[in-house]
Amino acid sequence: MSVETLLLYFFAATSLAGGVLMLVARHPMRVALALISSMLSLGAIYAILGVHVIAVFQVLIYVGAVMVFMVYVIMLLDVRDASFLDRYGRAIVPSVAAAALLAMALGVAVSRGRIITAAELSGLHPGRSPAEFGVQPFSVEFLEGYWLHFELTSVLLLAAVVAAIAVIKAGRRHDG
Amino acid sequence: MDRTQLLLTLSIALFCLGLVGVMIRRNALVMLMCMELMLNGVVLSLVTFAAHSGTLSGAVLVFLVFVVAAAEIGIAIPIVLLLARQRHTLDVGAYSGLKG
Repeated sequence: MSVETLLLYFFAATSLAGGVLMLVARHPMRVALALISSMLSLGAIYAILGVHVIAVFQVLIYVGAVMVFMVYVIMLLDVRDASFLDRYGRAIVPSVAAAALLAMALGVAVSRGRIITAAELSGLHPGRSPAEFGVQPFSVEFLEGYWLHFELTSVLLLAAVVAAIAVIKAGRRHDG
Repeated sequence: MDRTQLLLTLSIALFCLGLVGVMIRRNALVMLMCMELMLNGVVLSLVTFAAHSGTLSGAVLVFLVFVVAAAEIGIAIPIVLLLARQRHTLDVGAYSGLKG
């Protein structure tokens, strides 16, 4: 077994452990820290797969932006309410059973199904060599083939900013 | 086990853990974070398939999904803040009036 495979198993285990900790931790801050460790392990998995650009974005966007925002809000709203004292709702048994059924169904599908190999895939698209996931090929592909989508994301982010401000303003009007 | 198969299994496990979290936890912020875990599981399967097939379009799609996720969290958190300010709690049981 190579070092890469060992590392893959290690980071898969840590990301799973983070997910389980999210279910049992009481304080939202601990849940956030478990989620951050899970996301960092996923970033490491992406790096092992060779998709370095996505690994960097995983750390920058998810851990750097989204989770810092989340931690900030948790510190802002330190309320010790009923959901803090009693972590779980009423429907815990049917929920866990339903999710376990779903996991079993998907797991059977993955273990029985045959995953198409890279050789067969290149047979489907002759003349196409497997891509490298470096920064340069990614940027060239992105800004030559998908520049319209790139511009559209800026519109989406602008709409999100306006919507966030509108939500906060609506709340203020309601309070005042 | 094949590497692709291992990563797909991990993606299923993360998705289902997040699903359990959304269904059983009572704290609105924790539910939001469990949704992020579900999204991360799905993105893992997307990256696995992109790396397996060697297509850069998959990586571009993952980047676009990240942007959409950032926008989603940027709207979801103000909504949770607003709910917490009005009801003074993060317990989703207190928001049952929203059922209509």
